[in-house]
Order: sequence, then structure tokens, then C-alpha cells
Amino acid sequence: MADERSSKLLITFVVFLVLFNYPLLSIVDQKTLILGFPSLYFYMFLVWALMIFVIARIVRQRKKKP
Amino acid sequence: MGLSVIIGCSLAYISLLFLIAWWVDRRSAERRPSIVNSPYVYALSLAVYCTAWTFFGSVGRATTGGLSFLGVYLGPTLLAPLWFFLLRKIILISKNQRITSIADFISARYGKSTNIGVMVTLIAVLGIVPYISIQLKAVTFGINTLTHFGEVAPSTKPHFWLEAGFWVTIAMALFTVIFGTRKLDPNERHEGLVAAIAFESIIKLVAFVTVGAFVTFGLYGGFSDLFSKALQQPETAKMFTFEESGVNAFSWNMLMFLSLFAIILLPRQFHISVVENTSPRHISKAMWVFPLYLLLINIFVFPVALAGKMAFGAEINPDTYVLSLPLSQGANWLALFAFIGGFSAATSMVVVEATALSIMFSNHIVVPLLIKTRLLGQGKDLVDGASRLLDIRRVCILLMLVLAYLYQRSVGSTYDLVSVGLISFTAAAQLAPALIGGLYWKRGTHQGAIAALSIGFVVWAFCLPLPSMAQAGIISRSFVDNGLFGLPFLKPYALFGLSGLDPITHAAFWSLLLNTWFYVIVSVNTRSSMLNLTQADLFVNINKYIGGQDSDILKREAKISDLRVMLNRFLGEQRTIALFREYETSNQVLLENQKVAQADLVNFAETHLAGAIGAASARLVLDSVVKEEVITMEEVMRILEQTREAVEHGRLMEAKNTELKTLTLQLTTANEQLKNLDRLKADFITTVTHELRTPVTSIKSLSKIILDYADELSEPQKREYLQILVTESDRISRLINQVLDIEKLQSDEAPLSLEPLDLGDLIQKAVTGMSQMFAEREIQVRLQGLDQTLTVQADRDRMVQVVVNLLSNALKFCRSENGQIEVVLKQQGNWAVFSVRDNGLGIPASMQQMIFEKFTQLHSQATGKPQGTGLGLFITKSIVEKHSGSIRVESESGHGAMFEVRLPLHATEK
Repeated sequence: MADERSSKLLITFVVFLVLFNYPLLSIVDQKTLILGFPSLYFYMFLVWALMIFVIARIVRQRKKKP
Repeated sequence: MGLSVIIGCSLAYISLLFLIAWWVDRRSAERRPSIVNSPYVYALSLAVYCTAWTFFGSVGRATTGGLSFLGVYLGPTLLAPLWFFLLRKIILISKNQRITSIADFISARYGKSTNIGVMVTLIAVLGIVPYISIQLKAVTFGINTLTHFGEVAPSTKPHFWLEAGFWVTIAMALFTVIFGTRKLDPNERHEGLVAAIAFESIIKLVAFVTVGAFVTFGLYGGFSDLFSKALQQPETAKMFTFEESGVNAFSWNMLMFLSLFAIILLPRQFHISVVENTSPRHISKAMWVFPLYLLLINIFVFPVALAGKMAFGAEINPDTYVLSLPLSQGANWLALFAFIGGFSAATSMVVVEATALSIMFSNHIVVPLLIKTRLLGQGKDLVDGASRLLDIRRVCILLMLVLAYLYQRSVGSTYDLVSVGLISFTAAAQLAPALIGGLYWKRGTHQGAIAALSIGFVVWAFCLPLPSMAQAGIISRSFVDNGLFGLPFLKPYALFGLSGLDPITHAAFWSLLLNTWFYVIVSVNTRSSMLNLTQADLFVNINKYIGGQDSDILKREAKISDLRVMLNRFLGEQRTIALFREYETSNQVLLENQKVAQADLVNFAETHLAGAIGAASARLVLDSVVKEEVITMEEVMRILEQTREAVEHGRLMEAKNTELKTLTLQLTTANEQLKNLDRLKADFITTVTHELRTPVTSIKSLSKIILDYADELSEPQKREYLQILVTESDRISRLINQVLDIEKLQSDEAPLSLEPLDLGDLIQKAVTGMSQMFAEREIQVRLQGLDQTLTVQADRDRMVQVVVNLLSNALKFCRSENGQIEVVLKQQGNWAVFSVRDNGLGIPASMQQMIFEKFTQLHSQATGKPQGTGLGLFITKSIVEKHSGSIRVESESGHGAMFEVRLPLHATEK
């Protein structure tokens, strides 16, 4: 369903807009390391990768159900 | 490292690019499946977004702003899910309208406006010049770093022809001219270019990741080692958090916001993502492949920045860490590879950007100017228009690069790469309200877009490039410190007293805020032209038009020969012939048989011409040959008005028709009545004459008898005859009186002499007066209610006439034996009602309506002779009605009749 995919993409945009923003960022804005990575750096790239994964999943659904 | 090695490698790399472009173009010329037609190539070509800024500048930025450099890449990533709506829509519109640039797109949206095309072009060219300048700067310092690493930089600026930057500019300009303007494609599609750009994207990614891996795993023992060491040094530890890097929520958001727009609004991004797009289907894959690319190229930025900072501190320009770190370890070949990566990042940006800008510049500024001054398109002896267009573009590219060089030399040298680049981002964002608004808001008008672009550009220029020029000493810097005209609220870094923001955030905030306000407010308060309205509808509701019929409501026609000449000039003869053939086959017509091109052919020509010289220019060109009947708003309103009038008229006609029908009906009825009346009149005369003749005959005959036999007749006989004569004479006079009465009543000549009358008393007297007659026929008269006093306003004589008439009628029709008459007077509300009832034969139902007419006589069933004159009831009715009363009859055959008269009571009685 095109409509369903559209709304999923819109939700993705909104959710990640919040995730990439204050005040959530202030939680990880610390001089600490997580698994050897700076917490902010770790968080940013993790959420970024997650977002790419989510977009890819949503887009791929279309291929399965043409 | 020797300069010759660097130049040799660069030339080899450029040759490789040419080879790729040439190979791809040849394939497409041979109509073999294009390798460019792939979502991965599309996503990679979008990575033209990553320029020398990304390659060198991000590292430099990270040393001061920590991880905030990521905002530039997170913005486009955030927007990626929305490409599905936004980018798709833009692409669909652009394919439909044959859009060739962002200026073309925005001008087409607002009624193919030349003015808007010019404004967008100027904003783009002036706004992007700093951006191009940082590419030149990056390549220049790349070469300088490679050749002079470890040496002390000379304190004075060398003469410009000794400076590497000058030669870099010349080389880049030549490369761009050769690469971007090889041929004139009507759709501005350059498959070879796209393939080369995609290839360059791979090179720069691989180069940067290699350097990053070398630094992280070669110089340090992996990420953990690097990060933990950096955390121990206060200088580098500061870079770990936003808080200590001086990044606040507002500047972080503004950075994401600016780059979110930049991914669509930068002329080269628009060119690659929209104009060079081969299929909208590629978007969905690019939606995650492109962000993935951005993620990969950014992973090592922060580690490299930390490592550089730890290794060199403030000694070396942080923008050059990518080269300096390998060089410091003696890894010269890696440094050269890194340089090639940065070089590819810079060249891809410059080539695409300059090509896109030159298309805009030639289509929206040069060509309209030439058309208006009639240098192009009018003279018959002009050289081939296509090659002229390419020449114009080549000059544009050269000019832009020279401008960028001058900017870099005078202003750019004092700033780091990202700061300068962000000036361009802010400029590009000024197009956002007009573009986004134009896509989703139909009400956005031409004037609104002009106002928005103007204010946005002015605020941008005042807050960013002008102060930086003042900083560089080109213009007086007094307005920076004291405000424009000495007005303290007009300081470029603290406009209207808003201070505490970094210059980019500050400028972006004010310019975009005012831009959007002006767009909305002016749009709401202005009205669109018809063309603007149709374009607005097309842009906002593109889905409605895809695959649909021609949407243009402009009715235009032109001579086919003129059209052919015009297309020849701009597209070349071969292409024109091919186009006409294409039109003939798709529409199944033979153009040779026609002289005049209809609207659809004109539109067909325009869209293809628009592909070559832009929508606004194409319009101008066609205007010179086309007889256009633009339907203006007023005209549409007039047509609507006329339609409305016609409808109104029709409705009126219908009403008239109905009225006429009613009138006809009334006329028919009236005619019927007239005929009736005529008949009645004839009847009347017949009756009157008849009625007169009967007594006259008897009078005549009796008189004759008396005259002839006077002696023979006995005295009693004589008396009897004479008595009859008197009676008959009375009858004649009564008849004549009644006829006269009718005449009087109908002609209103004798007004009623109204006076208050006691109805009971009046009736009583009338009955008493007639008692002799009742007694003669042995009729019993019963009276009821006559003793009450009911006063009516009436003419005494007439009222007596009414009562007498009714009584004599009753007398006449009463049973001959056992006759009974009942007279009743009563009050009903405001009415005095009196009735006279007899017990005679009654009146048949069929006659009840007619008895009040003239000369309606009831025939006595016994004798078959009419009784009375037939005028009595008519007179009675007339009198009663003159007194505002009414009369009715109630009867059943065989059971007598009852006449009831209602008269309004006199006011005092109420």
C-alpha cells in the first residue's frame, strides 16, 4: 500500500527528527566512552545507522508486494 | 613531493574521467542499455553533495565545533524519507515541464516569469560563488601541502600568476568547460557526466576511508585507543561534547535545517537529483543508499580530527590534516591518493555546479537579454543557435570561476572551509519558501515569490558576505561595528538587537523568517495571473496531470514555417526535423498539409525549446512567432459573467414563459367568460323583451276587448279586465325598475346612503308589510330573534329591497298547501346573519351556483313556466356585496331552500 508506506516514512522522519535533537542529545553529551567510542559519537552513528536500516526496510516492503 | 608528480597524477585521473564519460556517452548514442540508468549510480551521483568541504573541511570544523559537522549530513538523511513525496513530486513536475534548473523550476511555477528566473539565477550564482571558491582553495592548499610540507609558509602573498590557486582556477575552468558543455542536450541530460560523478564519489569515499583507517589503525591501536588518548588531553577532550565545543540546540538545529534544504536547493543537487534523474523509481533505493554513503564517509572524520589535533596542535591548518597526517608518517603515496580523493570531491562539485549555474545563467539572463535586444532569434543570418548557446555557457563558467577565485583570494583565505561553505548554504535556503510553498500551496503568487526572494537575498547579503568582505578590508567595516547608517539595530551580526548567535545561525534565522513572512503575506494579498494559476495548479496537483491531456488553457497558434525556423535556430536542423516527425507519428497528422500550427504543436515546440533554453526564454522566443490569445483573469471573469447572464436570461425566459402560459389560460377563461356574458346579454335582452312582451300583449289584447266590446261587457267584467291591465302595467314598471336597478348597481352611479340600521326592526317591518300576501296564501310565517338589536351600516331602501326580495322568493316557491316560512336573525361573531327558509321544492344542486346570476329562473315544475323576472336574486346579491356582506343558499331538492345573508356589524356593536 502506497499510503501505508507514505505514513511510515513520515513517521520515520518525525521520530528521527526528535532522536537527533535536544533534549535527547543532552543525555549523551558527556565526556564518557561507550564501548570505546565517545558517547555522543556512538549515539549519533548508531541512530543514523538505525535510520538507514528503517528506511531500507520500509522501501523494500514495496518490492515484496508489488 | 614534486609538483610534476602531482600534476601528472591529476591529469591521469582527469583523463580517466573523460574516458568514462566518453564510453558512457558512446553507449547511449548506440542505444545500448545505459549504466547510468541504475538506482546505485543515481545515489552515488547524489554524493556530489560531498565536496572538498566534506573531504578537508569537516575535519577542520571538528577541531573547533566538535561533532557539529555531522549536522550537514544528518539534515539530508532526515529529509531522505520525505524524498518519496518531495523529490518525486519535483521530478514528476520537471519531466512534465522539461525543467532544466532550479531557476527554471521556480520561474515556471510562478507563471514562467522571467523576473523570478533572473532573481533565482542571481541568488544562486552570487550565493554559490563562495562555495566554489572553497573548492579552489582546497585544491590549492592540497597542492601546497603536498609540495611544501614541513616548510615555513611565505608570509607575503605571491603575485597571482605565481600562485597555485590561479593555475588551479584556470585548469578547473578548462576542465569544466570541456566536460560540462560538450554538447547541447535539449533535456540537459549528461549521462557521461553523471557516470564520471558517480565514479568520483567512489574514489573520494575510498580515499577518505583509507586515510581514516590508516590514522585509526596505523597511528593508533583502533578506535578505543585513539578516543581514550584524546580524552586524556584537555584540548581534544573539549571536542567530545557539544557543550564544550560551543554548540547549542539552536545552532545545531539551524545547521540541520540549512543542510536539509541544501540537498535539494543547491543548484548542483537539483541538477543531479532532478534534471539528470533517469527514472523516479530510483528514488526509493537512493533514499537509503545515499544516507549510507554519507555515514561511511563521516565515520573517520572525527578520529582524523582528533589525531591531527593531537599530532600538530595549532601549527597546521586543520583543514589539511587529511594530507598532513600521512605525510608526517612518510606515507607520501597515501597522501597523494588522499589528494586525488579531495581533488575528485572538488572537481565533481565545480563541474556540476558550474554547469548547472551556466545553464541557469544563459537561459535566464543571457538569452532573454539577447532576445529582447533582438540579437538572437530574429536575424536570418545568425550562425547555428546551438553552438552559440554553448559558447555563452562556456563564458559563464569562466566568469564564475574567476569570480570564485577573486573571492577566495580576497575574502575566503581568512576563513576555514566550512564557514565559507555555510554562507552558500544559507543563500540556497532562501529559495526554500518559494519552492516548497510553490509545491504545496496554490495560493503562492508571483509577487509573493519576488518579495520573498528579494528580502531573503538582501538580509543574507547584509548579514554574511558583506561583513566578511568588510573583515577582509574590501569595504569599510564601520557598518559592522556601528550598524548601517549608524543605526545600532542594523548591525549585520546583531540585527534588530538579536545577539549571542553565531553569524550563520543569526543570518539564517532572520533571512528565512522574513523570507517566509514576505512570501505568505504578499501572496495572500495579491492575485495571480491566469498563467500563474494554471502553473500553480499543475505544480501542486501534478498527479492530476501525469499522463493526462494537455493542461495548457492558453490558445495559441503560429505558422508552422515560423515555428520550424525558430526551432532550427535553437535546436539545430536535424533535431527539428526529428521532433516534427515525432509529433507527426504520435499525433498521426501530416504537417506539410497544414499551414497553421495548433495549440498542441506550439506547446510541443515550447516544451522542447524549454529543454534547451529554459521555460522563460522559450516563452519569450515563441512570443515572437506565436499569435497568442492569453486568457486573462478579466476575460475568464467576463466569460463566466456571460455564462451567468445567459443562465439568468434563460431563467427569466422560463419565468416569462410560465407567465405567458398563465396569461393565456386567463385569457381563455376571460374569453370564455366574455362569450358567456355575451350569451347572457343576448339572453338578457331576449328575456327582457319576452318579459315585457307578455304583459304588453295582455294589456294590448284586453284594451282592445274593452274598446271593441265596451257595450257588451258587463260592469264586473270590465272591472276585472281593468284590474288585469293595472296589474300587468305594474309588472312592466316593476321589470323596468329592476333593470334600472341593475344598471345603477353595476355602474356605481348611485352611491349607497349608509346609516346605522337595526336589522331586526327592518325585517320585522318588511314582514309586517307583506303579511297580507302571506295570509292570502295561508302561509305560516315564523320569526326568530328579531327582537334583538343588531345594527348594521346600510342603505335602508336597499336593505328593505333585499329582505323583500328574499321573502317574496320564499313566498313564490313555498308549498301551496301548508306553506311555512322561517325568518331567523342571529349574531355570529362580528356578523349579523339572517336567513329565510321556505318549505318548497328546493333548488337542485346544479342550479345553486347559478341562481344568483341574471335571469336565472327556476321553472315551476308544475307549470313549466318561469316565475318572476330572474333578476331578483341577482339584485339581492349585488346589494349585499355592496355592503361587504355575502349571501349563500342551502337547499336540498324537495326540502325547501334557505337563503342566508351575512352582514358586518356596525363598529359600535362589537
